[in-house]
Amino acid sequence: MSRPALAALALIGSALASAPGLAQDHSGPGHDHGAKVPPREAAPPAPAQPQVDDGEDTAPQSGGNEISPGPTMETPPPPEAGSGPPRAADAIWGADVMAAERHREHAAHGDFPVLWVQADRLEAQVRDGADGYLWDLQVYYGGPTSRFWFKSEGEGAFGEKIEQAEVQVLWSGAVAPYWDLQLGLRQDIAGPDTTHAVIGVQGLAPYMFEVDAALFISHRGDVTARVEAEIDQRITQRLILQPRVEAGFSLQDIPQLGIGAGLDKVELGLRLRYEITREFAPYIGVEQSWRVGGSADYARAAGEKTRATSFVAGLRFWF
Amino acid sequence: MSEPINLSRRGLIRGLGTGAALAAAPAWARGANLSEQATGLIRAGFDEVRGPVIDLSVGAGMRMVQGRRGRGVAVNGSVPGPLVRLREGQNIRLNVTNHLDEDTSIHWHGLLLPFQFDGVPGVSFPGIKPHQTFTYEFPVRQSGTYWYHSHSGLQEQSGHYGPLIIDPVAGEPVRTDRDYILLLSEFTPLHPKFIMQRLRTGEHYFNRQLPSWTDKYPMIGEERRMWAQMRMSPTDIADVSAPTYTYLANGRGPKEGMEYLFTPGEKVRLRLINGGAMTYFNVRIPGLAMTVIAADGQNVRPVEVDELQIAVGETYDVVVEPRGEEAYAIVCESMDRSGMALAMLASRPGARAPVPALREPPLLTMADMGMNHGPSDGCQAGTDHGGMDHGGMDHSAMGHAGMDHGAGKAGTGDGGQAAPKGASGHSMKGMPMRDISLLPPDVAIGPGLDMVSMAPVDKLGDPGLGLRDVKHRVLNYRMLSALEPNADTREPSRLLEIHLTGNMERYMWSFDGRMFDAVSDVPIRFAWKERVRVKLVNNTMMAHPIHLHGMFFELVNGQPPAHQPRKNIVTVQPGASATFDLTANEPGDWAFHCHLLYHMHGGMMQIVTVMGPGDKP
Ligand SMILES: [Cu+2]
Repeated sequence: MSRPALAALALIGSALASAPGLAQDHSGPGHDHGAKVPPREAAPPAPAQPQVDDGEDTAPQSGGNEISPGPTMETPPPPEAGSGPPRAADAIWGADVMAAERHREHAAHGDFPVLWVQADRLEAQVRDGADGYLWDLQVYYGGPTSRFWFKSEGEGAFGEKIEQAEVQVLWSGAVAPYWDLQLGLRQDIAGPDTTHAVIGVQGLAPYMFEVDAALFISHRGDVTARVEAEIDQRITQRLILQPRVEAGFSLQDIPQLGIGAGLDKVELGLRLRYEITREFAPYIGVEQSWRVGGSADYARAAGEKTRATSFVAGLRFWF
Repeated sequence: MSEPINLSRRGLIRGLGTGAALAAAPAWARGANLSEQATGLIRAGFDEVRGPVIDLSVGAGMRMVQGRRGRGVAVNGSVPGPLVRLREGQNIRLNVTNHLDEDTSIHWHGLLLPFQFDGVPGVSFPGIKPHQTFTYEFPVRQSGTYWYHSHSGLQEQSGHYGPLIIDPVAGEPVRTDRDYILLLSEFTPLHPKFIMQRLRTGEHYFNRQLPSWTDKYPMIGEERRMWAQMRMSPTDIADVSAPTYTYLANGRGPKEGMEYLFTPGEKVRLRLINGGAMTYFNVRIPGLAMTVIAADGQNVRPVEVDELQIAVGETYDVVVEPRGEEAYAIVCESMDRSGMALAMLASRPGARAPVPALREPPLLTMADMGMNHGPSDGCQAGTDHGGMDHGGMDHSAMGHAGMDHGAGKAGTGDGGQAAPKGASGHSMKGMPMRDISLLPPDVAIGPGLDMVSMAPVDKLGDPGLGLRDVKHRVLNYRMLSALEPNADTREPSRLLEIHLTGNMERYMWSFDGRMFDAVSDVPIRFAWKERVRVKLVNNTMMAHPIHLHGMFFELVNGQPPAHQPRKNIVTVQPGASATFDLTANEPGDWAFHCHLLYHMHGGMMQIVTVMGPGDKP
């Protein structure tokens, strides 16, 4: 079998292998401690029982069976290995039949789409003044590295018009093992009609913080940003404490929205949920929010409070 | 059938369990139409089919295990499907009829046959369409313990598998009085597609042993922060586990009384088959030693152990000699110790031995990231005392005082080959978890790769997660030595290195950074009768049982080439490597994949193309 080309490759391989520092993983002869085979009447007539002493080198069992180091550098397959796609079955079952099946089968092993729907927060908020409600939904559909993403957030006070609400439609593509880049549009559906372009990142930061950060450019040219981070602290297998922080920023004053330039608002939350199932977890918690800087001024001018403490009760679910 | 049976007839199993009648197989078990019974309950346990022509039918129904119901897919109406009993040298014709509303297939695991009958849809044949019959036809060229299962969709999880035994022409090398099959698997009431979806969408959905403020894991705060910092979990041992799974012995839950009768003093052969979708089992029989006589259907020199880990898809034949007690428990703990499959060796029907409680769940260690900086004093592979150098890193080795230097020490050598001293890996902080410069250029770097093993060493001497520090003898691959010498002992002419890669968070699994859908037109190619050394390097924190269809390979485990054990599955331990030699002498296209079902569907699959003698390159 040995062809000159192969032999040459093998030679090169072993020459390279002698270079220092190469991790060599065939660790020599067997050290068969413990592989003691007690004499048993049923033991087959083995040609030679293994030498099972503590061993240095186990002696070759029979002639010509020297343990060799083998090739240690990867070399390409020889030309005789052929090229092109695997098609052996075409000759037997027909290319057309196989093509359809092949396509179907390949799609099922790796990059297939899944649907995920999550209401991270769906809650009632009890506070000084008017009690309110809040929703925070996310949906994605797609493969592990490329997905369509839908988000919606909103809040308001019971018996009043919705204070703030938005939907986002995004394409989400993996840019790192734990991070997706998200691009798309956001439409505000409460307050002044506003459309934003969205560019954001979402993923898992070291120490298991789930992070969602996005920059928004409105059709009026205003630039704002929002960063959210939360982390699950497992108290038991079912009881989970979730600290959460959210901050809003603005590049400019946006009087019609009551937003001042710079840090706009900060929310700190602490929610304790009980997973009746992984997907279904009621929670209670507390949230503290502040309007900051110019936004606080706008709030005061409008006779609103700049800080609020809410007790929350809600439901987290996904499927 | 009139064919003579070499095997002891007396104990020939049906796997029917307590009190089940050994009556002649009912009509449907011989292949009659199952569709009228599709709404009936699928039976646990199996019958036997044999002869030159065997009819099998695949149908759907409901399964009931320990009071839990779930949809099932069964061969001939039972889970496991019937024992297919063949004889070396015969020609077999298997007519498989599909009564499902979706495609099905049967892959004959470990069998040498023409590739077009290997049973992998899209690779070896087009699959079996609903309500059609497909005929497999091939000569039986080997003997031993094997099994079969669906290669279509996720049917294997639902029950589409069964044992297959080939009696040798020359007689068994070991004479035994009784011969039993113990096929391990799982039952779940969940639909397997649901499981796949949940694995992809995350939150460690099936793990009920996650680290928490109230756990009892021997980890200090610093270690816990380190795992969090790495965005990994030391409890990622099994992706799916109990209570989602009820572990099964021949289709029966641990409370359903699976038993094997013996008379004290008899030699009992247990043919262990791991037909599970996702579960490594640790098998032991308290009070009895097990002598391993075959692995993956191939005879090995007998080796006596007290416990062994059986990877998904593997088979081991062991011989035990129960005497003294009236019953012995065959304890098959899942590797993450969330549950067990259980059977009894009983000297009379109903005799029961005490069942030990589940042992503490193991934890992953830094060694499982390929961070092997242990002392080079020859301590056991995988145990990796190195971690202990920095304050309790290696929690799973807490019991190191009793470190197993019996069976386990076969792994010597490794410690000495560990990574260079003073490597940056010594520092917990800033540890290069994903140093892509360590990877060869043919590995695709992308989001599907969350970790690079820092200094992967060969761990064929590793008895497996959770068994590195037990005090009795545990099997490892280095203890296996082929009984009949290998036909081809040529020096391999080249090395092929394949990296196992993944992203736990996205649940992407791949070879060389590419999921199957991306490489299905770029197979791994071998020339006719080419002899190649294949090195698998695991860049993930999970153990993967890597399976090659159609051929045996020989583990490079320190045995002389003529006695390197022949296998078709090898577990590559987390962060470690494993090497085998292969003679590419079965032409055609063959599947090559991780035998964890959801890893395979997560992308860890490839096609191996072997050129035929007449093929033009
Ligand atoms: Cu795997």
